[in-house]
Amino acid sequence: MNQASASADLQTLAALVPTGSRVLDLGCGTGELLSYLMRERGCSGYGVELDDANVQACVARGVNVIQLNLEEGLALFADSSFDVVLQIDTLQHLRNAEVMLRETARVGRTAIVAFPNFAHWPNRLAVLRGRMPVTKVLPYQWYDTPNIRVGTLRDFRALAQRNQLRILDEFGLQEGRPVRWWPNARASRAVFKLQRGS
Amino acid sequence: MTLIATPQSMHFEQPLALASGASVRAYDLSYETYGQLNAQRNNAVLICHALNASHHVAGVYLDAQGQLLPRSQGWWDNMIGPGKPLDTDRFFVIGVNNLGSCFGSTGPMHRHPETGQIYGADFPVLTVEDWVHAQARLLDRLGIEQLAAVMGGSLGGMQALSWTLQYPERVRHAVVVASAPNLTAENIAFNEVARRAIVTDPDFHGGHFYRHGVLPKRGLRIARMIGHITYLSDDVMNEKFGRELRAVAGQLTAGRPYQFTTQDIEFEIESYLRHQGDKFAEYFDANTYLLITRALDYFDPARAHGGDLARAFAAARAQFLLVSFSTDWRFSPKRSRELVKALLDNQRDVSYAEIDAPHGHDAFLLDDPRYTAVVRSYFDRVSL
Repeated sequence: MNQASASADLQTLAALVPTGSRVLDLGCGTGELLSYLMRERGCSGYGVELDDANVQACVARGVNVIQLNLEEGLALFADSSFDVVLQIDTLQHLRNAEVMLRETARVGRTAIVAFPNFAHWPNRLAVLRGRMPVTKVLPYQWYDTPNIRVGTLRDFRALAQRNQLRILDEFGLQEGRPVRWWPNARASRAVFKLQRGS
Repeated sequence: MTLIATPQSMHFEQPLALASGASVRAYDLSYETYGQLNAQRNNAVLICHALNASHHVAGVYLDAQGQLLPRSQGWWDNMIGPGKPLDTDRFFVIGVNNLGSCFGSTGPMHRHPETGQIYGADFPVLTVEDWVHAQARLLDRLGIEQLAAVMGGSLGGMQALSWTLQYPERVRHAVVVASAPNLTAENIAFNEVARRAIVTDPDFHGGHFYRHGVLPKRGLRIARMIGHITYLSDDVMNEKFGRELRAVAGQLTAGRPYQFTTQDIEFEIESYLRHQGDKFAEYFDANTYLLITRALDYFDPARAHGGDLARAFAAARAQFLLVSFSTDWRFSPKRSRELVKALLDNQRDVSYAEIDAPHGHDAFLLDDPRYTAVVRSYFDRVSL
């Protein structure tokens, strides 16, 4: 992803978060999105991050960050203690992705989940050609990818239903722009806004 | 640039009422300061010390001839000083020796101002809260209304936590390293073994050994040896000492690996522990050891709230940085997470770093780039 589309993606995701929300950002990286939400949308909250350098980067930005392995769950966080829980490009790294999805919905009144969409047409084409895709959104070779969960918009919809999560909104993201027509083929990233209770 | 430290002392005439109901009559507190208090008086950072440290936090001492005194670095000199993670070019840092300690502030080896007798075992029992009250009085006298931050590790971290509860309006930030909301039973047990070692030393004389011209050094040595084991991790001890035998000239002949002695030193770890014990017994006061470990045992801010730590921290207004170390089994990450949870439940600003360091509890005094970088970044964000 180039800088411009990354920052456009960030703004699109940020726009899903109501002004003044209390936010928990799971796998918050360097705290860029949280920092943006605090600055531009008057939000407050915490990031959760495992990587030492990212934790330090969050602290340096003035973003509250809790160093925690998400595989250990969210026991630190009380039910419905956040307006919005973000899982941006986190799900694909999690062994317990389904448990974490439930936990995300438990802790937040709303959940926003974004992940690489494996059904994006260049990925389909690569697989048709007999090779795993290597793209801007999925830049790794199959043998060293940290993305241990690859799925599609339709896959995620099924998972959400299975866990009694209500989908408030879903769309794709491509080059910084939301894709609402046939996103499962036309967008490299999937975005869902969810709530407990089907 | 070398930071030169100058110990100072402040006398307090007004008695200090203690949690126990007793009070300390007139007393002195030893302290040091580094850097300059700014015009707004809002850049002060108080450093709280743990069991065997003092007000000499940073810098070095000069001898009578003005020469650098060798090995006189403050106990947190790697963390605090000009250009260090807690930068004394920006902050006015205060180190204070706690009441009951043995490094200058009034303690058991001093004389009661009225009776003229050495306190010994009669020095009143102290709590973390008592220390914080005494520190607050020192700040009053230094003209500091509000701290930019209070910082401490281990027992020092407990004092930092207590500051945010006792004087919530006087602390903007708390940096709490390798600490806990209270001691576990196992931790109290270690303290009790150490105390029994001291108290049962025939030279202890019920805590009035000063009158007898002796020191309960055997007890202190054993107390320190036990303590030292718990400050390290199994891995770091194995790495440092393993099963290495202490080299004895002419001893290691083929086929005879050991000296076959039960009382002499055989392994390097034994030699190390005895050395640490000997060193400690030379400078540390036995009654101080009892008092400080007891203060550790008593600390438990949740107790007054039915054991509910979140309710205890409802009073806190500060922003927090908590740090723990993965191999610290004396003040484990689990205990720091309890604190994080209590702060999250109160929607306080908190950041938490869990450093994967091999050094056990001692890690809080060592240089780990991940640890120092987080502390540095945090202090960089403290606005003045």
